[in-house]
Amino acid sequence: MNFIIEILKATIPAGTPLLLGALGEIYVERSGILNLGVEGMMIMGAISAFGITTMTSNVWLGILTSAVVGGGMALVHAFNSITLKTNQTLSGLALTMLGLGLSGLIGKKYVGVPLPNKLHNFPIYGLKNIPFIGPILFDQDPLVYVSYALTFIFWFFLFNTRFGIELRSVGESPEVADSAGIDVSKIQYLAVFIGGVMAGLGGAYLSVVYAPAWIEGMTAGMGWIVLAITIFSLWRPERAIFGSYLFGGIRVLQYKLQPFGISPNLLNMLPFIFTILVLMLAAKEISRKRISAPSSLGIPYFREKLL
Amino acid sequence: MLKRYKNIGLSFLVIFLGLFAIYLVSSVRPDIMFRSIALSAFGSIYGLTETLTKSIPLMLCGLGLSLSFRSSVWNIGAEGQLLMGAVGATWIALYIMPNAPKFLLIPAMFLVGAICGGMWALIPAVLKVKFNLNEIIVSLMLNYIAIEFVNYLVYGPWKSPYEWGFPYSTKFPESAQLPRILDTRVHYPTLILALILAVILYIILYRSKLGYEIRVIGDSIDAARYAGLDIHRVVFLVLLLGGGLAGLAGVGEVAGIHHRLRVASGISSGYGYTAVIVAWLGRLNPLLIVLVSFLFGGLLVGGDAIQVSLGLPGSTINFINGLILIFVLVQGFSKTRFSTIKRRGGK
Repeated sequence: MNFIIEILKATIPAGTPLLLGALGEIYVERSGILNLGVEGMMIMGAISAFGITTMTSNVWLGILTSAVVGGGMALVHAFNSITLKTNQTLSGLALTMLGLGLSGLIGKKYVGVPLPNKLHNFPIYGLKNIPFIGPILFDQDPLVYVSYALTFIFWFFLFNTRFGIELRSVGESPEVADSAGIDVSKIQYLAVFIGGVMAGLGGAYLSVVYAPAWIEGMTAGMGWIVLAITIFSLWRPERAIFGSYLFGGIRVLQYKLQPFGISPNLLNMLPFIFTILVLMLAAKEISRKRISAPSSLGIPYFREKLL
Repeated sequence: MLKRYKNIGLSFLVIFLGLFAIYLVSSVRPDIMFRSIALSAFGSIYGLTETLTKSIPLMLCGLGLSLSFRSSVWNIGAEGQLLMGAVGATWIALYIMPNAPKFLLIPAMFLVGAICGGMWALIPAVLKVKFNLNEIIVSLMLNYIAIEFVNYLVYGPWKSPYEWGFPYSTKFPESAQLPRILDTRVHYPTLILALILAVILYIILYRSKLGYEIRVIGDSIDAARYAGLDIHRVVFLVLLLGGGLAGLAGVGEVAGIHHRLRVASGISSGYGYTAVIVAWLGRLNPLLIVLVSFLFGGLLVGGDAIQVSLGLPGSTINFINGLILIFVLVQGFSKTRFSTIKRRGGK
């Protein structure tokens, strides 16, 4: 029993950077924009959080910076794909290359540097004594609680507010949204920016809470797994929880299996093989429930066509 | 017209800001950095031969990618396909026919390498056609899997007992090593193969029925469907061919340069990713891609040089690659036909 609790308790922090990134990307894709630059924004979030925390010894300031940096990078993509209407796939790939490159440049002096301060676990009084789920859910660091709250907020705003309706209608049919008086570009800019902020936070979680260390290329494909979780969650924030913790669990499993003499290289393949399997599952569900991706996903919107 | 000029201004602004960022972070002046890159890559005979050597895998991968990008199939998996080609060649050279004479062994390595690369690319093709899975994510995941697979082999079952514990496979027999020009590292059989394939691909793309189909699908999938084209067949073919070409690049790397299988990062310094930019900067035109890959070969050589001479990390070149890709985008190279295609179904 304690063993299971221990594994599940470790699963949540392992899945948290994915959850943060996926919540953001869900909004981005709901607005009809595809941002493949999650990996680049995450790693920039990771290095900026680590750098600022090292300089100021203030973890929260580091985390805040990562959100700003992630959002700023996302604006580059927003400008490319909304204002210039360039190819979104290429723009996202470029963002990933920029992020991986620049973070390596900035991070050179932080390799092997210990973090002066980290977020400590903050058990919630009372809740943590609930049998079984208490120690799993409520004996975590503060940023995990923030991620719970954000999941609820993202769900609530998407399905229960005017902004959510506008966001979804822009992604489904920008023409209709436009003729209903919604500012399509504004909504899309906002969504892409939110996506960047969340990816930045996800990266920060990796470097200042989970690791805590700076390793070049430390996101190691997590940005791409975020994109897979976005599909797996069928673009619903509340479902992103399952996807993210599933991959978090696989990560924990990797560590737990290592002592049994299985090649670490083979274990490292697990998340990537699982990504493909999970995408296949999602594809089945998508065709069974007859839902689909936001229908204008990846297609630039030209207002000229209306006139 | 005005918009076009605005874009040119913008794209130079991007490059300027990017270089300024490098200066801020590393206090290396951009002019000094580019001088160092240009000198090391193009300023000496040795530099030029190294540039040519590095352009070979870029050329093969870029050529392969151009076919699938033309038909709006987003194969980002050249890196993994290259590595699987290297695995296939090693398997033939060390385990299947190590005693075969050179004139049999080398062609067999290229053939099996191409098949391995092609098969690796077929996975996203099948998943795209059968399950409507996004080929970008699948091909990328397969890159990571291929990297771990190569590392598994050289740390595990294929690790040589004769290399003092280094993660190397046994050295290839002499008959599995490609000839090079004098004492350079230019393995010219691969280079010649790449050049011939560039011409063949050019003919396929502009003079054959398949090429016509590829271009129609790339321009408008609705038009292609309306015209009754077998879209699935084309998706299979462009991925199979693209993977095959990347696989050839992998064979060239192990048979021409390393003469053994090593860890993935030792075989490919991201050729498969750089080739994405090569393909687009070459406007998906096979003949232009040949020229562009020479330039990017130089950039990679320069990237190695500035690590030593200026103390810049290897990721600097990643960053410059990203800048170039943004530059290409903003200039509108890829804007006209390829961005407005409606892609149906799953993302």
